[in-house]
Amino acid sequence: MSAQLAAQIKSICKAAENNPARLMDIAIAVQKQLGAVSDAAVDLIAKNLEIPRVDVDSLVTFYAFFSKTPKGKIIIRLCKDVVDQMNGVAEVAATLETELGIHFGETTPDGAISLEYAPCIGLSDQAPAALINDVPITHLDSGKARHLAQLLKREGALAHLVKTFGDGNNAHNLIRSMVVNNIREPGPVILAPYTSGSGLKKALALSPAEVIRDIKTSRLRGRGGAGFPTGMKWDFTRQAGGDKRFVICNADEGEPGTFKDRVLMTECPDLIFEGMTIAGYAVGAAEGIFYLRAEYAYLENFLNAVLAQRRKAGQLGKNICGKLGFNFDLRLQMGAGAYVCGEETALISSCEGHRGDPKTRPPFPAQKGYQGCPTSVNNAETLCCVARILECGPGWFAAMGTKGSAGTKLLSISGDCARPGVYEVPFGIRISDLLKKTGADHAAAIQVGGPSGRMIGPKEFNRTICYDDLSTGGSFIVFNKERNVVDIARQFMEFFVEESCGYCTPCRVGNVLLRNKLVEILQGHGAPEDLAYLEDLGRTTKLASRCGLGQTSPNPVLSTLENFRPAYEALLKKGRGRKDEEPLLASFNIQAALSDGATLAGRASSIFTPTTGSKS
Amino acid sequence: MSETFELTIDGVTVSAHAGETIMQVADRAGIYIPRLCAHKELHPFGACRVCTVLVNGRPQSSCTQPAAPGIVVENDTETLRNVRKSLIEMLFVEGNHYCMFCERSGLCELQALGYRFGYLAPRYPYQFPTREMDASHPDIFIDRNRCVQCARCVRASRELDHKTVFEFTGRGAHKAIAVNADARLADTDVNGTDRAIDVCPVGCLLRKRHGYRTPIGQRKFDHQPIGSDIEAARSPAAVTG
Repeated sequence: MSAQLAAQIKSICKAAENNPARLMDIAIAVQKQLGAVSDAAVDLIAKNLEIPRVDVDSLVTFYAFFSKTPKGKIIIRLCKDVVDQMNGVAEVAATLETELGIHFGETTPDGAISLEYAPCIGLSDQAPAALINDVPITHLDSGKARHLAQLLKREGALAHLVKTFGDGNNAHNLIRSMVVNNIREPGPVILAPYTSGSGLKKALALSPAEVIRDIKTSRLRGRGGAGFPTGMKWDFTRQAGGDKRFVICNADEGEPGTFKDRVLMTECPDLIFEGMTIAGYAVGAAEGIFYLRAEYAYLENFLNAVLAQRRKAGQLGKNICGKLGFNFDLRLQMGAGAYVCGEETALISSCEGHRGDPKTRPPFPAQKGYQGCPTSVNNAETLCCVARILECGPGWFAAMGTKGSAGTKLLSISGDCARPGVYEVPFGIRISDLLKKTGADHAAAIQVGGPSGRMIGPKEFNRTICYDDLSTGGSFIVFNKERNVVDIARQFMEFFVEESCGYCTPCRVGNVLLRNKLVEILQGHGAPEDLAYLEDLGRTTKLASRCGLGQTSPNPVLSTLENFRPAYEALLKKGRGRKDEEPLLASFNIQAALSDGATLAGRASSIFTPTTGSKS
Repeated sequence: MSETFELTIDGVTVSAHAGETIMQVADRAGIYIPRLCAHKELHPFGACRVCTVLVNGRPQSSCTQPAAPGIVVENDTETLRNVRKSLIEMLFVEGNHYCMFCERSGLCELQALGYRFGYLAPRYPYQFPTREMDASHPDIFIDRNRCVQCARCVRASRELDHKTVFEFTGRGAHKAIAVNADARLADTDVNGTDRAIDVCPVGCLLRKRHGYRTPIGQRKFDHQPIGSDIEAARSPAAVTG
């Protein structure tokens, strides 16, 4: 057995050239083939790569898709994000538990099936959804969940899981997924017809400096949400010097409620890869990395096939499109379940075969990025714009949108609306107009930019989507007035608690404390002073955190406190049941504190037994 | 020599050399910026965030942020004092810190920061986590209850001892210090004289049989608050600015 394990690990490591920088690929392969990255496997990987054991352990214990103990051959990962909760995921979960006879976090006794929750898997427009190993299953309800569990138990395989395929490339031979695109509104830039190679050929007719000049003229800004001017980023990368430079495409969209990259990768992979190739030409890189989140592993073979096709067509490789001396190729890097890897320096750490800890900045990636070389990290949507700008000209692009925000933006719209899906809209569009388009007739609150963005109420529905007003990476979740905004904030905080890398104090501890206080308030143990506590804690966490995760994670709490304060106030305890008593330590739950003692004593407290009529 | 320039910290004009961090500049000028994970002999890490300052209005960790000509650094302000005290409180409630029977009491930098910031009771509830201890090694023990995740041991083992005894595993609230062995410190190549043990700011890494060589009452922070050694270097001219 152990000799067999040693041989398997040896061959996996050898396939990755025993290169520690490819530790992610190795761990992914071990997890896939052996069902776990066990302590024994960690030892063997370390020996083969000649690196400290604890470095392997550090990576393996960081990513959600790795496990030290064996899991089932089939892993059901049910998405529990807020939109799934709104669409009845609780019933689906209960059905799965009943049918499989296990709880979440457990594996069936025969080792066949494991049941887990996953944070947003990029399918909020067709929630509730789950991943069965790599296979997405959408629009679940308890009937489908029962059928699914029975099928998996009976067959122990995924072969007959998907019977009908989604539209467009979802039905492609290499995808064959039930996922649908839900492209509700195509626009002039990204979701428009494109002839492969047209932008690239025009780029190669220019000098790299001229390409950068055109991108600057187009006023293109990063689509990930931060909005840094793309041309400037490229300029810094190019001017940083050194022999080696890299371009990385960030396709690690993990913000709950976002799924537009999923549609881009399904329908416009050429456009993204072409943008990357142009970026490579502009900054002087010979290598690119396309970072694909583990939740989209079902697109891996398809994307690799598109790359192979581009190599064949002379659009990747040596002397691209006949341009002598322009050599560029790129590889896919799979992630393994970590939202923080969407942060560009964490993404670089992950590509280098480390845990996804963000790096200290400065130096910025444009100065010192992947393997210490100047690196331009761009969002998949940004790169699509790049290819189109080169094809149609910077003036064409700059004429769309607003002064500070040129072009169009892809929005992933979900929640309480009739037409969830992807919309390509010009920057500057009003929230109220978007609500009309999507058939959200009773919207009471909208989370713009996902959890790390802002929860707005009707008085802000006349605001616009653009970098100078409401900036967003693309997530747009609509809530009706029946939804409990405090509980939504609590769910978002659960997400950040799970996804914080834990490197810095405020994000590691502050998010837990914020979440815990929201739970207390929701259970009816909140005191009036708790709102000031939340505000102070939220502000501290934002101010002191090391990267964008902690700098934005308190936003759900702070923006709901700002815009929906009555929802909090309605939950607060106003005293302790006696009129003359101040709400001293209202957050203290005497019954919970006594529960251990009561269990030991085998009776309830004779003094603190709740009497009828007492509020607490 | 290297280029020098000026910047201001709390309104005091100080001179800096290119390549220095804001913290190094402040230290030389006798201006104390509170810190926990930073250590003079180790590469800056920027994890505890206690040394957060505002640089031209933007929060940055002063241990990692390079000094630059003309920048305006805010350090000792009410907002930042509150943020730092919050961070110290977070570290106290996150672990299990019982100063009254900890053998590092009086030498502990977390405790000393608590005193410096007038910390009496935490505004946050104690988390009372369950954390593992490791007394397997003949000369050293690890009490993870007191770990503040400063990574000083991680860095010192690599940078000063040229080993890799320590590293973090897990993520978020589950992140913990781990050793380069299946489980036990005794199975690593750590040595009782390793610098990695000296640099622990709290009572997480301790040498066995050394605990009370310096009696309580005669310890580093028993008489002078943390940071006073740095402030002692402040010249009268700098004070008047």
